[in-house]
Amino acid sequence: MTGKPPFERVVSAHGSTVLRVCRAVLGPTDADDAWSETFLSALKAYPDLPADANVEAWLVTIAHRKAIDVTRAAARRAIPVAEAPDSPSASLAGRDPAAADGRDPAAAAEAGLVADDDLADAITRLPAKQKQAVAYHYLAGLPYADVAAILGGSTEAARRAAADGIARLRRSYPGAAGRAPRRVPDRAPHRAPRATPTTASKGEPR
Amino acid sequence: MNTDDPAITLAQAFPDDPGQLSRLHTRLAAAAQQDGVLDVAYRVIDSPVGPLLLATTDQGLIRVAFALEDHDAVLQTLADRISPRILSAPGRLDTAARELDEYFAGRRHAFDLPLDWRLSAGFRRTVLSHLPEIGYGQIASYSTVAGLAGSPKAVRAVGTACATNPLPVVVPCHRVVRADGSMGGYRGGPDAKRTLLTLEEAAA
Repeated sequence: MTGKPPFERVVSAHGSTVLRVCRAVLGPTDADDAWSETFLSALKAYPDLPADANVEAWLVTIAHRKAIDVTRAAARRAIPVAEAPDSPSASLAGRDPAAADGRDPAAAAEAGLVADDDLADAITRLPAKQKQAVAYHYLAGLPYADVAAILGGSTEAARRAAADGIARLRRSYPGAAGRAPRRVPDRAPHRAPRATPTTASKGEPR
Repeated sequence: MNTDDPAITLAQAFPDDPGQLSRLHTRLAAAAQQDGVLDVAYRVIDSPVGPLLLATTDQGLIRVAFALEDHDAVLQTLADRISPRILSAPGRLDTAARELDEYFAGRRHAFDLPLDWRLSAGFRRTVLSHLPEIGYGQIASYSTVAGLAGSPKAVRAVGTACATNPLPVVVPCHRVVRADGSMGGYRGGPDAKRTLLTLEEAAA
């Protein structure tokens, strides 16, 4: 009888996806801790996991809880400041504070203040629900029903949070990673997210 | 965000870093070991008889496997029979790897590793426990071993015990040959058995 695969196979199959999710949700500094806590916790519980369980959804669920723990621990360590908790790291990078806290990312992009390869950073700076929905659906590939089960709330709410997150990213990052930012019209932030996908990708190599 | 498929663009924003994953894996194995939840640790070493899988539990070395046996299949069997909490953790097997290296270099004639016998039971285990009595560089027939194990007529059962030895090389079933002097079967294939016997003959 063949049962569950050795846990090593779980790590090799899902390690990089879970790391991507942790990096998206927490940023690079705390991602390692969340990844380690996730897989250690998963290893402990692994013998009791039902054989037909969706391992990736299970891992992302654990990663979600660990990310919350890591965030809370970081908040306890942090000295309270008036600013939003995500702004200090962006400020450290020497960026325009307006761009850093996401108040007007499109304008910042147009002014050339934000590099395109900061897309990862932009995801991390999305509002929590949006970035979680984006990470779990688009990076981990979970269906919205599974995302909703992790986040709480309805499937529709999960879908909307992901769509809002993507729309926000499209506004901030009309150009692709590593390429020159497109010049965005002043009112670009109000553009419908999927209105110009063809023009946005036109002439750009994959 | 320039493509129609956000999943592709977003994944590209977090490129794989094999070095980072490797460091995280090492850290995970160490933490699991410390928390007592790494039930089986393994590594693969190179040897004159091909890559050898070494697996250990808290009790000791539990499995040595030739590539011929299919290492993935062997790990799956360990998951089924011992525990699925299995990780590659080379450091846990440093001593075993060193002793095997010494053996293959002809400098070691006996192993003093703790062994976990859980993959062998009953008469087979009795047979295997007598194999170290056949000294380095010596050979014995299946019927001789049957005698050592206290059941002189159980020659076929000795053959089965050797064929299912979970700890080949370390528990020297390769020293058991047919009464006519021909080698008989071996879990690692006839070439591996010949290589081991030749090595021992030369270094004895």
